[in-house]
Amino acid sequence: MDWTALRLSLQLAVASVALLLPLGLAVGRILAWRRFRGRRVLEAALALPLVLPPTVLGFYLLVGFGADSAAGRAFVALTGHTLAFSFAGLVAASLIVNLPFAIQPMQRAFEAIPADVRAAAACCGMSPWCIFTRIELPLAWPGVLSAMVLTFVHTLGEFGVVLMVGGSIPGETKTISIAIYDRMQAFDLAGAGTMAVALLACSFGAMIVVYATSRPHGHVHD
Amino acid sequence: MTDTVAAGLCVRLVQQQPIPLDATLACAPGEMLALVGPSGSGKSTILRCIAGLWRATEGRIGCNGQTWYDAAAGIDCTPQQRGTGFVFQSYALFPHLSAQDNVEAALGHRPAGERAARARELLARVHLTGLETRRPALLSGGQQQRVAVARALARDPQVLLLDEPFSAVDRVTRQKLYRELAELRRSLALPIVLVTHDLDEAALLADRMSILHRGRTLQTGTPRDVMTRPADPLVARLVDMKNVFEARVATDGNGARGLVWNGVKLEAAVPASFELGAPVCFGVPMSGVLLHRRDRPSRGERENPVEGTVAECVTLGEDTTFALRVAGSCELLWLRVPSHVARRNGVMEGIAARASLFADAIHVMPWQDLSRETPA
Repeated sequence: MDWTALRLSLQLAVASVALLLPLGLAVGRILAWRRFRGRRVLEAALALPLVLPPTVLGFYLLVGFGADSAAGRAFVALTGHTLAFSFAGLVAASLIVNLPFAIQPMQRAFEAIPADVRAAAACCGMSPWCIFTRIELPLAWPGVLSAMVLTFVHTLGEFGVVLMVGGSIPGETKTISIAIYDRMQAFDLAGAGTMAVALLACSFGAMIVVYATSRPHGHVHD
Repeated sequence: MTDTVAAGLCVRLVQQQPIPLDATLACAPGEMLALVGPSGSGKSTILRCIAGLWRATEGRIGCNGQTWYDAAAGIDCTPQQRGTGFVFQSYALFPHLSAQDNVEAALGHRPAGERAARARELLARVHLTGLETRRPALLSGGQQQRVAVARALARDPQVLLLDEPFSAVDRVTRQKLYRELAELRRSLALPIVLVTHDLDEAALLADRMSILHRGRTLQTGTPRDVMTRPADPLVARLVDMKNVFEARVATDGNGARGLVWNGVKLEAAVPASFELGAPVCFGVPMSGVLLHRRDRPSRGERENPVEGTVAECVTLGEDTTFALRVAGSCELLWLRVPSHVARRNGVMEGIAARASLFADAIHVMPWQDLSRETPA
């Protein structure tokens, strides 16, 4: 078991969830209720990571993070090291790769809240922040939790983009998925198997959480 | 527009899109005003405008001397600032909160220490004591409606807005809720606006009703006035007045003004604004048409006798509604009589019958092409 790789994967997953939670809440809520020009194009763009081959996405991210790009130069100027082949680069890539996993469940959860319920909350005199925390968030919570869990497990299992953007630097960019691949290349089936079981258990547990919390608030009696 | 009443609700709304509105309403404290109209007539939109959930292009909304909305002056108070109690058609209860918490959610303006007791008091007022801890999914439709009413009152609102609050409950529950609302409103000294498409409901509960058609307020008055003396044939159709016909203003041998309808002279009170010979429309509620007994035909002077053949006949419960095809025309005069009266007089399709139009029930209206303007 490569504990360093596991720890790195967990750090990456936690960072991705922590950053995507507020972003997903804000964007998911806007997409659920606001009607604006270009909304469909934005939704399509945010869903792209679902259908793009990881190598294609990884290629563009690598180019985008490189020293020749504006983002890459800005990052070097700020931190003194490059975004590509660094943990920070992995986090940035993970954010982009996980956008649909974070935003879509939250958007669907907000869409499921009847407009009249939000209107009723306003008529009750509740402030917009109070409506968000006391009404919208508890009602959207199963979707928000699903988004967080999916983002977490998807980050743990991400391989293609991580390899393209981060390479396989131990302690810096070598995540558990890369470590399993390395073990397999070295014909260490036992080591690869142990880590694969750990990932399998983690993913299965996460899916149980998703399904267990997607229970509605009950049916209205006739 | 200026507020003509310092106390109460005063509304003027105009917009073209997405739903055309051209509405003027006023509702005094303690009064219940029913907004009645077919689906899509803008009833709910008006209610949402009052609550601040929708903004009309032009207009003004004032309540108890405060301006809530004034398009020209750029005033637009938020729903939080307006202080309306809103009972939604779907009730819009917060599904994750208990009945008690639903009511407490609207008590944010009161000190925290008072909220629980006040919520219990309001739930008791709507007969829900003992059900405080239940979530909406575990309450019946009638109980949910009561929670919604308690929550609307919890705000200590300046106006109570009811958006078809009885449409989702069964008939027996509805009757019970009618009684409860009538009892509750006796203790409420605030304007209440009720949206409904049910004329009987409006007539039963409201002090005044306003008829809406395509966003326009056509007539406002007491339910009896609006339903028996509609302003024009369109309103007559909207209040389901079946007997609306075209006639001409005429005089009888004594010079008294009346109507000529299908060659038959009718005694009626014709306002002076209608010129002699002018085409007009007139309406008669079914309660203003009397079926003559077969064994003793009425020959009363004021009874405008009409004869014809029964063309349609429907018995619904204790009442029989039938149409008399008036002799010499193809027009149908509708009557409703108790079913035992219909049986005793042998009312059935194809038989000849006579009826009287009470002169004081005949309501003369401006002429309108009856075949053109039909309610949506």
